[in-house]
Amino acid sequence: MKSHVWRPLFVALGIVILILIARQILVPKDFGIHERGYMYGFYRKSNEEDWKNFAVKYRSAEYCKDCHSDKHSMIMQTPHAVIQCENCHGPALEHPSNPPKLAIDRSRAECLRCHFPLPYPTSGRANIRGIDPEKHNPDIECTMCHNPHKPKIGGTK
Amino acid sequence: MINRRDFLKNAAKGIAGLALPLAAIEIVSPRKLFAARGDVGKESKLRWAFLVDTYKCVGCGLCVKACKLENEIPYDANVTRTWVERYVLTKDGRMFGDTPKGARDGFATSKIDLGGGKFQDIKKEDIDKAFFVPKLCNQCENPPCVQVCPVGATYQTPDGVVLVDRKWCIGCGYCIMACPYGVRFFHPVHKVAEKCNFCYHRITKGMKTACIQACPFGARMIGNVKDPNDPVTRVIRTQRVSVLKDEYGTRPQVYYIGISREVI
Amino acid sequence: MMVHGEAWTVKELFVTPNEYIYWSIQIVMYPFMTGLVAGAFVLSSLYHVFGIKQLRDIARFSLVFSFALLPVAMLPLQLHLQQPLRGIEVMLTPHFTSAIAAFGIVFSTYAAIVASEIWFVYRKHLVETALTLRNKTDKNMVEKINHIIFSTLTLGSFDVSEKALHQDEKAVKILAGIGIPIACFLHGYAGFIFGSVKANALWMTPLMPVIFIMSAVVSGIALCMLTYIVVMEIRKFLAARKKTTYGIYQSTEEIKGIEINVIKMTAKYLIFFLIFAISLELLDLIFRGYTAVKTWDILRSVIYGKDFLDIFVFQYGIGNLLPFILFMLPGLTIRRTVVGVLLVLFGVFMMRWNVVIGGQSFSLTFAGFMHYHLPIIPHDMETFKEGFFGALLVFVTPFVLFWGLNKIFPVFKEEVH
Repeated sequence: MKSHVWRPLFVALGIVILILIARQILVPKDFGIHERGYMYGFYRKSNEEDWKNFAVKYRSAEYCKDCHSDKHSMIMQTPHAVIQCENCHGPALEHPSNPPKLAIDRSRAECLRCHFPLPYPTSGRANIRGIDPEKHNPDIECTMCHNPHKPKIGGTK
Repeated sequence: MINRRDFLKNAAKGIAGLALPLAAIEIVSPRKLFAARGDVGKESKLRWAFLVDTYKCVGCGLCVKACKLENEIPYDANVTRTWVERYVLTKDGRMFGDTPKGARDGFATSKIDLGGGKFQDIKKEDIDKAFFVPKLCNQCENPPCVQVCPVGATYQTPDGVVLVDRKWCIGCGYCIMACPYGVRFFHPVHKVAEKCNFCYHRITKGMKTACIQACPFGARMIGNVKDPNDPVTRVIRTQRVSVLKDEYGTRPQVYYIGISREVI
Repeated sequence: MMVHGEAWTVKELFVTPNEYIYWSIQIVMYPFMTGLVAGAFVLSSLYHVFGIKQLRDIARFSLVFSFALLPVAMLPLQLHLQQPLRGIEVMLTPHFTSAIAAFGIVFSTYAAIVASEIWFVYRKHLVETALTLRNKTDKNMVEKINHIIFSTLTLGSFDVSEKALHQDEKAVKILAGIGIPIACFLHGYAGFIFGSVKANALWMTPLMPVIFIMSAVVSGIALCMLTYIVVMEIRKFLAARKKTTYGIYQSTEEIKGIEINVIKMTAKYLIFFLIFAISLELLDLIFRGYTAVKTWDILRSVIYGKDFLDIFVFQYGIGNLLPFILFMLPGLTIRRTVVGVLLVLFGVFMMRWNVVIGGQSFSLTFAGFMHYHLPIIPHDMETFKEGFFGALLVFVTPFVLFWGLNKIFPVFKEEVH
């Protein structure tokens, strides 16, 4: 090793050692090969917990029905029974503590999601009755005449 | 002619030099790989799979809205973890498809969005068949996106869901390029790769995904494909179901009822 | 709120919501710049390994230029990454099933080889300069800094005996020899990055790594020829104005004479690699058209329709055929060489463009298109980094670095006093 020709190699090895030291410091200890192997399972294990702890926003009608039993039982008698409360009222989050009141989406666009008629053969869409939004009371909200919890005019199914 | 001392010195150097690349091989030794893989989750009793019934989907887009709000994808941003595509096949053999804002606002027009402000109106009598196809991450059994991540920021959990570590992703976009289904994108706020993760924070608590819960028509379902009594598993096993782009060998785990050859 | 890619992507017909042109101008620049690196190094090795004497001057030059290009290979990636500060993770937790992870290892190895080779080539100059500065008792600020730089660069060895210099030459030969396959690997893996993406109908082909390597060598040779001519012209100009002589070269006529021999020699290699590169690309195209798999319809409309100008007129016509004719015609002049070389560089750039942008021109639905509008005037950080001026910054930086490196590793023997 007397010859000077090996010196650049020592410099290179020195840099490699620096990188290995950086690796010890910077890479989280639980980073490694997990159940799915090197190709699909090379990751930081604690990230799974991170994702499990992500905040839940939507609670489902089961959460709403105990306090809002009147609206809930009303809508359950109609074809709108299949629509989740939060579809029009937004996610419940920690309601009633936070937020104390949920918004109500009364826009025509919300109803037109299903009730713009598209007569598509082979699609379930063809079975939903609809209106032409440009001709059917175009200036007012649908909810002026139709109660979403009891949509048929006249009240009963 | 080399003397003994130099020979021994060089041999020692050579062995030391070989040790480093051999150590590297250890990481990717096939035997260790298979042992670590556990032969495709053999030990795991849970493997999530999704079922979409495109006869039931009406294109209301309530799933897209719910997903955005549940998973904090900015509502006005033109990216989404799940979307619905509309296919209209006309009698003259043409195919029209669109997905306005990913169907975030549903499909409230019969005009097909052609992009650039152009629309194609199609008359009812010209339609052979038309339907809606919801799409989301397939949580593939052989995920190409995980294969190409250079730093191990995206990975697959033992129960089959592919996740992204937001703290580790460098934002190179290789996973987005590698996904044949176009489900990945850059999160506009976190500036890392993002995609549908089957609402992992909900399904691990026994809840349904946001999109499944929101769907009024039951077009979406999730189940455990390793449980033979699971209703979703029974459909997958006993009914005529298909998957998207299976020629790529990704083995996607979102199964479809009622899609047609025109669906890519 | 604009998502990444939305500012420069225009969608047409049926495109899925998350599709944008995510890999834009910086990803075009990256293989272009690393191609120049690989090509410059191969050119330098033609002298050091195969002993082609006439290439001695351009060999030294292209070695230093190759080193100047190295940090610039990192630059487009840093400008592209959504999380540039995490770029080091490729070295910390490399996932070797990904071609990009190879970047960390290959790039570092290659940088080490080029740096070492330059050290050996210039060691005598470094030692002599360091000793001269050490013996100078009254150093000004610049000389003090230079003394530190040169002394450090000697790596503690001041032996410039015949034996030591002979060892240097051997080391250079070995490094240049190892360096050629590493340079090929450096660019081959860049081709593999694209060629292995089965999801992209245009990129997916086993020919991609080879096509990339061949056009990289072409671009490297072309750039070295160009810069060599420019530098020699500057020196001729200075020689005429100051009327001073430079070492062994006595007059502008002699300088011009030596230039044209080097140029003619190098042009032959350029032509060879040019033919190889274009043959592979045409082979790929013909195969795709012949086998006509499912994706051929959309690819055909991109290649022969939307991108016809970019591919057949700019890349094949102006970037390949025209310089080929210019170099093949007898009586090659410096002026004609400059034109030919610029066209070749343009052609190689268009090849990168047509692969990267072209591959993102069509949707995964195979029924829609995406149009790329390169941002020229930046209105935020993103449109600067991934726009025209970001690309310009990347292109200009190696020349700036080269100017700086030339002060430590002078490329012209006469400047070594």
